[in-house]
Amino acid sequence: MEWETVIGLEIHVQLSTRSKIFSGSSTQYGAEPNTQASLVDLAMPGALPVFNENALRKAVAFGLAIDAHIGKRSVFDRKNYFYPDSPKGYQITQMDEPIVGLGEVDIVLDDGSTRTIGVTRAHLEEDAGKSLHEDFEGMTGIDLNRAGTPLLEIVSEPDLRSAKEAVAYLKKIHSIVTYIGISDGNMAEGSLRCDANVSIRPKGQTEFGTRTEIKNINSFKFVEKAINVEVQRHIDVIEDGGTITQETRLYDADKNETRSMRSKEFANDYRYFPEPDLLPVEIDDAYIQDVRDHLPELPDAKIERFKADYSLSDYDATVLAASRAMADYFEAVVDVSKDAKLAANWCMGELAGQLNRYEQEISDSPVSAADLGLLIQRIQDNTVSNKIAKTVFEAMFRGEGSADEIIEAQGLKQVSDSGAIEAMIDEVIAANPGQVADYRSGKDKLFGFFVGQVMKASKGQANPAQVNDILKSKLQG
Amino acid sequence: MLDKTLTQLSAGLARGDFSSVELTQAYLERIRSHNADLNAYITVTDEIALAQAARADEQRAAGNANPLTGLPIAHKDIFCTEGVRTSCGSRMLDNFIAPYESTVTARLGSAGAVMLGKTNLDEFAMGSSTESSYYGPTRNPWNRETVPGGSSGGSATAVAARLAAAATGTDTGGSIRQPAAFTGITGLKPTYGRVSRWGMIAYGSSLDCGGPMTQTAEDAALMLNTIAGFDPKDSTSMDRPVDDYKARLNEPLAGLRIGLPKEYFGDGLNEGIRAAVMAAVSELEKLGATVKEISLPRTELSIPAYYIIAPAEASTNLSRYDGVRYGYRCQDPVDLEDLYKRSRAEGFGAEVQRRILVGTYALSAGYYDAYYKKAQQLRRLIRDDFQTGFREVDVILAPTTPSPAWTLGEKSNDPVAMYLEDIYTLSTNLAGLPALALPCGQVSGLPVGLQLIGNYFEESHLLNIGHQYQQATNWHQQSPVL
Repeated sequence: MEWETVIGLEIHVQLSTRSKIFSGSSTQYGAEPNTQASLVDLAMPGALPVFNENALRKAVAFGLAIDAHIGKRSVFDRKNYFYPDSPKGYQITQMDEPIVGLGEVDIVLDDGSTRTIGVTRAHLEEDAGKSLHEDFEGMTGIDLNRAGTPLLEIVSEPDLRSAKEAVAYLKKIHSIVTYIGISDGNMAEGSLRCDANVSIRPKGQTEFGTRTEIKNINSFKFVEKAINVEVQRHIDVIEDGGTITQETRLYDADKNETRSMRSKEFANDYRYFPEPDLLPVEIDDAYIQDVRDHLPELPDAKIERFKADYSLSDYDATVLAASRAMADYFEAVVDVSKDAKLAANWCMGELAGQLNRYEQEISDSPVSAADLGLLIQRIQDNTVSNKIAKTVFEAMFRGEGSADEIIEAQGLKQVSDSGAIEAMIDEVIAANPGQVADYRSGKDKLFGFFVGQVMKASKGQANPAQVNDILKSKLQG
Repeated sequence: MLDKTLTQLSAGLARGDFSSVELTQAYLERIRSHNADLNAYITVTDEIALAQAARADEQRAAGNANPLTGLPIAHKDIFCTEGVRTSCGSRMLDNFIAPYESTVTARLGSAGAVMLGKTNLDEFAMGSSTESSYYGPTRNPWNRETVPGGSSGGSATAVAARLAAAATGTDTGGSIRQPAAFTGITGLKPTYGRVSRWGMIAYGSSLDCGGPMTQTAEDAALMLNTIAGFDPKDSTSMDRPVDDYKARLNEPLAGLRIGLPKEYFGDGLNEGIRAAVMAAVSELEKLGATVKEISLPRTELSIPAYYIIAPAEASTNLSRYDGVRYGYRCQDPVDLEDLYKRSRAEGFGAEVQRRILVGTYALSAGYYDAYYKKAQQLRRLIRDDFQTGFREVDVILAPTTPSPAWTLGEKSNDPVAMYLEDIYTLSTNLAGLPALALPCGQVSGLPVGLQLIGNYFEESHLLNIGHQYQQATNWHQQSPVL
């Protein structure tokens, strides 16, 4: 039978506010355990939450970015459950009246076609702390630094039809939230995590099959693998005559399999009810307009502008605008180098290559956009050739200094002194009498050989145009 | 000296009749003589009190005294006080030394008030008799065989027995006013949101109000001047200007329109209390007030509404007591579930467990609409009743309780009978209105009281009426013989 896959994603985005959603503690990642846990985060008796308005702004910005309905009145609720990393015994979240209602995003598929994916809602809530199971023999450590970090949970409609589409959608959400600057989008640090609701149904059937939920997937790669392996499991179970149980599952990346976490029968009754410690959040049109006025350019608009302003190809514009970090970097390089084509080639070529090689994010690039711009200037003013520039860039990436420092220190300056080039050419001609004779008797192809010899003698630093000119006249004798 | 009101003691300190250290020592001595018997205090903070008193005397000598500087008061042990055990009357928090100060106690502290100690209460403020405390019941100083009311029974007894010049209390369903009535003192439940809840251990978050428990309305005004006001740490506190609550105390009552809600004067009301309250009404008429009967038809529904909403909120407010980060932890838990179950089963008393169960049930899937949602609808209707009433009258006057203090143990095994005693106080909490409880007579040697209910933020007016009534009568001056 031919099966159709149905996927919906719940994406948890950590909002990049300086302090937590209901307390003044820092949200900085990586601090010593429990050093960023205040009275509120520790759920001390008598401590009360106060809503961080910054989280609200960021949530509204997201809603506007996906053209969603913005809740002018939204309400926080308590979701009750016991777990040591949830210190109050409940999570403050939004149930019936979320800040962001129905919206949509477009994703581009491999074949270049576009699909519109519905976003059911996005609501604000607080993150939990972490349970640390290592280093505490027979016990569990609790780190509440993360507890209270603001999250925006973005819930999609069950509109996705393959793991690839799910990844494309996740990437699109990632791009939007980083573009509008509401999250650093750092998946390795858990700033963006996702739960996937997966089901299958015979192609053509309208009602949904029973779904399972894969919890807490934290990379694009794992999203694709986890969904694919889960879809295959559904197919295997059903084709073997079994039925799928509605349950929560975990993806084990090492074994590339999902396994049951808890089934619906053991699901908690979360006893949602309105959080009495917080008033409903009410915003007006002026507030929404203010957030709208401060929204940065969104990816789709940026692609169009790159094509128009920099005469970039559709492909180049799309690649460069894929992340705000890359787009900003590119534009900063253009600013210094004044050459969009060269800037685009360098960003997509050498820069992307080196980042890839060292598994680094563009935000961590050891070469600043301004420095790359200066290097490009050195190509433009013939200080170095394009080829030598690549060597210089690698050295810059290793932290050996600025373009000028490296060119100077390693003596990479292009040789444009015609006397010096002539001398080298004379040596090459003298050293290869046979090839000279052959060339002069008509073997034109040997010209390349002579260029290679001269460049080798100059350690690549001879100005290639000059080498060509002088060599040609000398060989003609 | 200790029979003086807070206002009189303030004047005495200002005149130099005595020092704060002398005054504090006198109270500490009286506490030493009588607390074992009355059990008003869970913790007496002698050292802190004397140090604060000495500092108050220095401030006064330096010319920096406030009206409250050097006045010894007690705090209900539900307010977090930094470095001092804050037990909430529970085994769960018997070992809990608060790492921070509540806004109410911090404001009183910076105004120069001296903390004598932390007073007894029903466990987590859940009760009307101060019998459910882990530290044993507090006695009513008028008759030790009777309860002082609750949950702020320790504060009420401390003020009535002159073991403190005044005290803080909290009122979720009557917990300031009912013990004030049972012990013959004055108690004010402010408008919800007028006094910060930061550091006040939560019972029913949408109902809890901190307020003063004093000998007189004038004293209550003095304290409210310090504790009222917006607090950025409590999102439900109201960001609006605070009155000078003493400014209107001496306004005449001519033209005051008082409403008597007929539902508060029905069959369940003790005849002695009815007579005492009606006598007070005559007194106010003499002072220029006019009186008319009004109706608050949903009064009876306040009991089911309250006993759904308060336990529902409590059931989740108390989830944080899990034996993980602070408070009671059971011995040798075998796993996480065992840790939770036994810590909570052993750490909480019967009444707290009962309310957690009721509240959990009311919020459960499938029951939410029938209970919690319905109760919230009732709450709105009750609020509407009052607003209808306030279109006709300026304040509402009613008995505080249907009967005087009952005998210790009498209702301990009959929670519903105890809940029914809250009939006259619950509605104001559900509506969020301010109410002032005043002593207005005695029945068989036990004090009884009335309450004045005002519209939102009308505390000044209530205190004005209370003060005028107390200028004309002397029930507030009665004190028990220890």
